[in-house]
Amino acid sequence: MRHLLSAGDLTRDEALLILDTARELAQVGERSVKKLPTLRGRTVVNLFYEDSTRTRISFEAAAKRMSADVINFSARGSSVSKGESLKDTALTLQAMGADGVVIRHSASGAARRLAEWVDGAVVNAGDGTHEHPTQALLDAFTMRERMGRLEGLRVAVVGDIRHSRVARSNVLLLNTLGAEVTLVAPPTLLPVSVDAWPCEVSYDFDEVLPKSDVVMMLRVQAERMNASFFPSAREYSRRYGLTAERFARMADHAIVMHPGPMIRGMEISAEVADSARSTVVEQVTNGVSVRMAVLYLLLGGAIQGPGHQGETR
Amino acid sequence: MTDTVRYLIRDARILGGERADLLLASGRIEAIGQGLSADGAEVVEAAGAVALPGLVDLHTHLREPGREDAETVATGSRAAAMGGYTAVFAMANTDPVADTAGVVEQVWRLGREAGYCDVYPVGAVTVGLKGEQLAELGAMADSPARVRVFSDDGMCVSDALLMRRALEYVKAFDGVIAQHAQEPRLTEGAQMNEGVVSDRLGLAGWPAVAEEAIIARDCLLAEHVGSRLHVCHVSTKGSVQIIRWAKSRGCDVTAEVTPHHLLLTDDLAESYDPVYKVNPPLRTAEDVQALREGLADGTIDIVATDHAPHPSEAKETEWSQAAMGMLGLETALSVVQHTMVDTGLLDWAGVAQRMSAVPARIGRAVDQGRPLAVGEPANITLYDPTATRVVDPAAMASKSRNSPYAGMTLPGRVLATFLRGVPTVLDGKIQ
Amino acid sequence: MHARKHADGERPDQRRAVLEGPEIDRALTRIAHEILERTKGGDDLTLLGIRTGGVPLARRLAERIERVERRPVPCGALDITMYRDDLRLAPARALGRTEIPPEGVDGRVVVLVDDVLFSGRTVRAALDALNDLGRPRAVQLAVLVDRGHRELPIRADYVGKNLPTSLRESVSVLLEELHGRDAVLIGPAKPRPGAAEPAAAAPEGGR
Repeated sequence: MRHLLSAGDLTRDEALLILDTARELAQVGERSVKKLPTLRGRTVVNLFYEDSTRTRISFEAAAKRMSADVINFSARGSSVSKGESLKDTALTLQAMGADGVVIRHSASGAARRLAEWVDGAVVNAGDGTHEHPTQALLDAFTMRERMGRLEGLRVAVVGDIRHSRVARSNVLLLNTLGAEVTLVAPPTLLPVSVDAWPCEVSYDFDEVLPKSDVVMMLRVQAERMNASFFPSAREYSRRYGLTAERFARMADHAIVMHPGPMIRGMEISAEVADSARSTVVEQVTNGVSVRMAVLYLLLGGAIQGPGHQGETR
Repeated sequence: MTDTVRYLIRDARILGGERADLLLASGRIEAIGQGLSADGAEVVEAAGAVALPGLVDLHTHLREPGREDAETVATGSRAAAMGGYTAVFAMANTDPVADTAGVVEQVWRLGREAGYCDVYPVGAVTVGLKGEQLAELGAMADSPARVRVFSDDGMCVSDALLMRRALEYVKAFDGVIAQHAQEPRLTEGAQMNEGVVSDRLGLAGWPAVAEEAIIARDCLLAEHVGSRLHVCHVSTKGSVQIIRWAKSRGCDVTAEVTPHHLLLTDDLAESYDPVYKVNPPLRTAEDVQALREGLADGTIDIVATDHAPHPSEAKETEWSQAAMGMLGLETALSVVQHTMVDTGLLDWAGVAQRMSAVPARIGRAVDQGRPLAVGEPANITLYDPTATRVVDPAAMASKSRNSPYAGMTLPGRVLATFLRGVPTVLDGKIQ
Repeated sequence: MHARKHADGERPDQRRAVLEGPEIDRALTRIAHEILERTKGGDDLTLLGIRTGGVPLARRLAERIERVERRPVPCGALDITMYRDDLRLAPARALGRTEIPPEGVDGRVVVLVDDVLFSGRTVRAALDALNDLGRPRAVQLAVLVDRGHRELPIRADYVGKNLPTSLRESVSVLLEELHGRDAVLIGPAKPRPGAAEPAAAAPEGGR
């Protein structure tokens, strides 16, 4: 593993290694000294072109717990906002000796492009509507800790699948790990070729709900409402929101997940979000452990391969 | 290069068939026959290479005026000559837009000054390509540039009424509307072909229906008002079917396909390398197959390059920020050989029809696309289909480097291009 | 000092046994008694086995002490992967589990247990790991085999057997719990990262 760009790049063994490593590293968060010396002398750059305080903080905490030097490079107030290209920024990071770059970007594929321009390891922290592999890893980690397994676990992912990098990464990873995913959304919020995805699809939340071990709710962004993806927030919430009544019809052992930030009252009601079967807070905690594991596995050992400039461009 | 020099092309295969010598003098083909005497003429050994009428590209972006950092009329027409072209139609989406007689005349004049091929400016259909109001089509037609092809290429004339008026209006001077078929609402923010790959990559989709719906509408409009319609860069199987149907009804429609749509598919976007970003986007293998068949059976009339140079900074970026378009002039004939000739779908006479005679006829370029016969203008391309080459954008005559074929091995090589009896390319080198 | 001190079964015929089961038993019994003597009855005693070979040994020592003292002795496992000084010489490796007994390590007499003491680097890493876990009153070291060739100022408090070796040899400790039998084997050494050549020459990425 040289970069983490897509959850689909992970083999089953690699994914399990990350989850197992994260489980061991989770202990560090419970100790008096919440720090490991492992990445001392390594430099990790958080290159955030999109505002995402929670993801950035999670990566920053993960890197710092591993004793890496962390440089936060945000699009605001930097040369990026003056029109510097991603490539020039990449060359700058390269010159600064970044061993790892964590990138969040509004353009799909930005992480992949960056990986061609820097020698260090690139971690995709969300690229446009493409992928968010560490979110999928922390979701899988949370499911495994709560449910004790992933194999055969029935996971419903509900909401704006079409525009969701979280959904893409989750479908790929959960499929690799043997879970059974059902996507639930109005047809307008599903990708046109969703039949080719390794999962089931349903337009009917109520039918899927009682059969699910895990219900993962995705945020529906307000901008979708003005683009006729559905008639109104009220209708969406009525058909696809996790209301208290729907929550009551879930299996007793089933859990509710949400990658955050939540829109209470839209896709999830407040009482569901705050219930003991909601893993929202655990997901945040687990996010740090999973990102520690990813940074350790990418940067802790010998960094694999020389600069891969072999590709003809 | 003076036109008093005569040239004897020795041992060429005319349209890939019989071997003959061609004697060029005073801009015309003076004689064709076996064992012609040089008699003071410069001898060009064709050694069995294929002789084609000089190629005509109905769809080129020369970028001048406005984006001279990407291409100029001079560099673009040199690239055309290197690709075996003796005429190109320069699209109107320059800055300023070629929507007045002044701009088209400037482009036309720049082409004449460069002298590497005939440059026919395309006039914009609407002012500023905005799709709101007709440009002064008649003034452009009457200018020294004698514009006959009108296109908002890059933008679709999506307003049905405006399209109808444009189709009707150009009948007065035998013009043709070349439509960039793209329903704008269905393609807002579109990045690549909508399908399995776009869904996986999280790139906004450009659905086939957005092209097909406009083509269907325009064919019906053209039929209704009795005008000529030309469809730019057809890219989908459905478009081929619609055009086939329209032609069967007697609609006066012609269509073009680009070399890249004959060869490349949308899965190349997996790399997120915007060198593969183009409009209309690369489609699926099924579409590619339908386009090849459509070109072979005449549903699609011609190959046009949609040569679209961009500076490196427009391509070395994130996919969604990158410019659309790819180079085409210097690789078109090789790609057509690879996809159409070597597959048995076309012979060289068929290539000559689709890359020279018919595009010249659509564009009303009177001295171009003529047969290789005595007395005809000496616009000739000598092409060695037995050669192979690894495409190297750095070695191209174009000012830009955004060739999607970089590193690919393609068959064939243009040995020489003659424009009215004068070599613009000899021994594969620009003159 | 590395994982390769353990049996891998690749070249069994090239290795000879220098200790067999009964001798290992006797050595552990002796170490258990020495620990009791040195810690004055083993109050506040915690045994931590260094993964992987040290863990079953720590458990065996704890059983022996419990038999004598007739009370439970806290026993755990320490994974030192994240504290190793040779991490960057190989791709990142999987982590083992650190298990600290509920009593913790603060104020305890912690005896670190390992199978082979060699360069001392593993023990150095274990001391660092322990330091991040708390503040023991004292830390001692018990090893089954001391094969010499120290590269750090570290010595064992309890040694099962001193085994003079050459650097061209490797020492493997087989344990019933991990390998199905007890034995200490000596065989030809495999190349050891960071030992034969200076670390700076090792493949290191990330400029």
